Amino acid sequence: MARELTKKERLAIPRHPMPARDPAERICHFEEVAIGYTDEMAVGEAERCLECKKPKCVVSCPVGIDIPAFVNAVANGRFSEALAIIKADNTLPAICGRVCPQEDQCEETCVTGNKGDSVAIGRLERFVADYERQRGEIRMPKCKSPSGFAVGIVGSGPAGLACAASLAMEGHAVTVFEALHKPGGVLIYGIPEFRLPKAIVRGEIRSLEDMGVEFRCNFVVGATATVNELMGEWGYDALFICTGAGLPYFMGIPGEELIGVCSANEFLTRVNLMRGFDFPNYDTPVAIGRQVAVVGAGNVAMDCCRTALRLGCEKVICLYRRTRSEAPARIEELEHAEEEGVDFRWLAAPVEVLGNEDGIVTGVRVQKMELGEPDLSGRPRPVPIEGSEYSIELDSIIVGIGQGANPLLTQATEALKVDKRGCIITEEITQMTSIPGVFAGGDIVTGAATVILAMGAGKLAAHSIDCYLRGVPMVVEEEAVDDDEDDAGLAALIPSEPETRTQNGAH
Amino acid sequence: MGRILEIDEIAPAFKRYVIHEPGIARRHRAGQFVIVLLHEHSERIPLTIADSDAVRATITLVVQEVGKTTMEMGALRSGDSIEVVGPLGKPTHIEDWGACVCIGGGAGIAPLLPIARALGEAGNRVVSILGGRTEELLILRPEMEAASDEIHYTTDDGSFGAKGLVTHALDAYIDASGMPAMVIAIGPAVMMRAVAEQTRPLGIPTVVSLNTIMIDGTGMCGGCRVPVGGQSRFVCVDGPEFDGHQVDFDMLMKRQRIYLEHEEIARRRFLEAHECRAVAAGG
Repeated sequence: MARELTKKERLAIPRHPMPARDPAERICHFEEVAIGYTDEMAVGEAERCLECKKPKCVVSCPVGIDIPAFVNAVANGRFSEALAIIKADNTLPAICGRVCPQEDQCEETCVTGNKGDSVAIGRLERFVADYERQRGEIRMPKCKSPSGFAVGIVGSGPAGLACAASLAMEGHAVTVFEALHKPGGVLIYGIPEFRLPKAIVRGEIRSLEDMGVEFRCNFVVGATATVNELMGEWGYDALFICTGAGLPYFMGIPGEELIGVCSANEFLTRVNLMRGFDFPNYDTPVAIGRQVAVVGAGNVAMDCCRTALRLGCEKVICLYRRTRSEAPARIEELEHAEEEGVDFRWLAAPVEVLGNEDGIVTGVRVQKMELGEPDLSGRPRPVPIEGSEYSIELDSIIVGIGQGANPLLTQATEALKVDKRGCIITEEITQMTSIPGVFAGGDIVTGAATVILAMGAGKLAAHSIDCYLRGVPMVVEEEAVDDDEDDAGLAALIPSEPETRTQNGAH
Repeated sequence: MGRILEIDEIAPAFKRYVIHEPGIARRHRAGQFVIVLLHEHSERIPLTIADSDAVRATITLVVQEVGKTTMEMGALRSGDSIEVVGPLGKPTHIEDWGACVCIGGGAGIAPLLPIARALGEAGNRVVSILGGRTEELLILRPEMEAASDEIHYTTDDGSFGAKGLVTHALDAYIDASGMPAMVIAIGPAVMMRAVAEQTRPLGIPTVVSLNTIMIDGTGMCGGCRVPVGGQSRFVCVDGPEFDGHQVDFDMLMKRQRIYLEHEEIARRRFLEAHECRAVAAGG
């Protein structure tokens, strides 16, 4: 039974740091950096929760997890119960606990965090998911009896997995189509092992298979079969398109075709999906040389920087045209990259890739920037400083400045309406596209965003698809929350010793 | 997984694979390719589809053994299964142009075959020019002859057809029959560049099919990008066919060689292991 603690006592407990491998050791391999809480740490951290009456953390969670309930269960040592509470809203907690930008979501609005440090909700989520997994006690959510409906899901990334889980629970027959040879989408090809062990993703996929979800890899919808065929002769009653933002952006500067310039997608796919770090035991090579620059400062760029270090690069430079405060990466990723020795050059924009006569990269020309007025994204616009250019010698450049909508499926599906950026247009509430019975969500609708937002879209789409199939109107739960005086009062109790954590613009 | 139904050597280091792939067979159109993965440790490699049979539910690949993966593929037996995804890339734009010259060099003859057939079916007069180092490397001759109204051969050593290059044969054809409406050239980059340089001053539209390094084949990695008309294009989704007069062949060839050293390491390692196995098997 948990200790009875007063609110003051709870507030006096400092936030438990995440145990992590030593930077010098961890850059020699690909094992996970964050080790995870012990039982004691988890209980201690959970005891910091003030159990607000109208918890804002729940509202800030894209999938609406009952956070105070699960944290309370942790505080009482009931870890399996805690996981069951999370799983009611989130089928992939081991993944979300690791990759969600909690500082911009649940932890941002946590009342404890108003003056001190918020409760480490993400770490607790990860803890309970790992607790169950490590004990081999994974319990399957109960599925309703077969509905007789078949749903096809196009893409096996976070949106697809979340949607598949919810639909399977409703008793629908679910097939997930994946273009690559392994399911998991960005969780497999994009996010590196040291941040998200692939065994966890495989475990989640196996759970879905145990629930009856069928995965069909090496199947490119739009090429192997079209949307119309799937809805016609293949007999699917509904489709959910979640093909992600799989079209790498390049910078559009001279020299970008040179040998040694590659997209973050290509670099990460070679390493993560194709295991290029283990060449020649695996056949796909990856060659980036000793000095590398990564352009961009989002999560993908951080993954590239840290992967490059683990491949043995002597110098990894991160070029970003704004400052650390505007960097879109999760704060933990920035901190880990800094600890590991990435050389951050803030306010630096590449203007030309330099190469030799064999077409091989020799360096990059960089222009210094300063911050100006906010642009359309609300972030200060980087303004070039005339005459500030300088050159950096490099062996290769990895471009991690973002991805657009992959046009393969949309171009092959004439009736599907897309916007100017190539993103699929959907009805706001139902997520239905211009084709009846065909729904869409995740990055292919919003543009590149986060794992949890895609999962949220997948989960909501599943609800909408379920209503569509059963012919009932979709009910949207309103989770209106007013400012609660009691909770505001709690905040006043918090000792004012701020450890400022500003983090803007999580993409 | 695609089951290999037949595998036979059609020329030295050239094997033909007939693979059971109902979905791909049904949708394949001339000009498209697949990506093949042999096993968990393997590379994903793009291979152009040489033929498909919707009734038998098969596709045919003709593969030249040049590196580790293609050699390893050549060691497979019928009954083995490999991972195949496709059909990828844009199909060839087929119209009734009039007289079309189809130029194939070496391994490029295989992807040319379905294009020549489709052009013929659309009403074109198909004139094929096939080139190779020597007679036995002129693959798929009976099939190409059946698909062509007129056919010419060139070999580097003069062992079959005219001694010389495909560009010489194209010159000879133009001298004899006038300008074709369209040229389609598939083969090594140097050959496609030579053809494009030859037809550019004559103003003959020329389509080439590019073969680059790829991973996913769906536009996700950008590893296959090539400058075309000053713009970066993805061979996997924008191609594989492009206007030959716009392709930056110099950069294409440089990019094809990015992993040359690694390919050599992998090839040597494979051959050594293969020889060891042969010795152990009492060879």
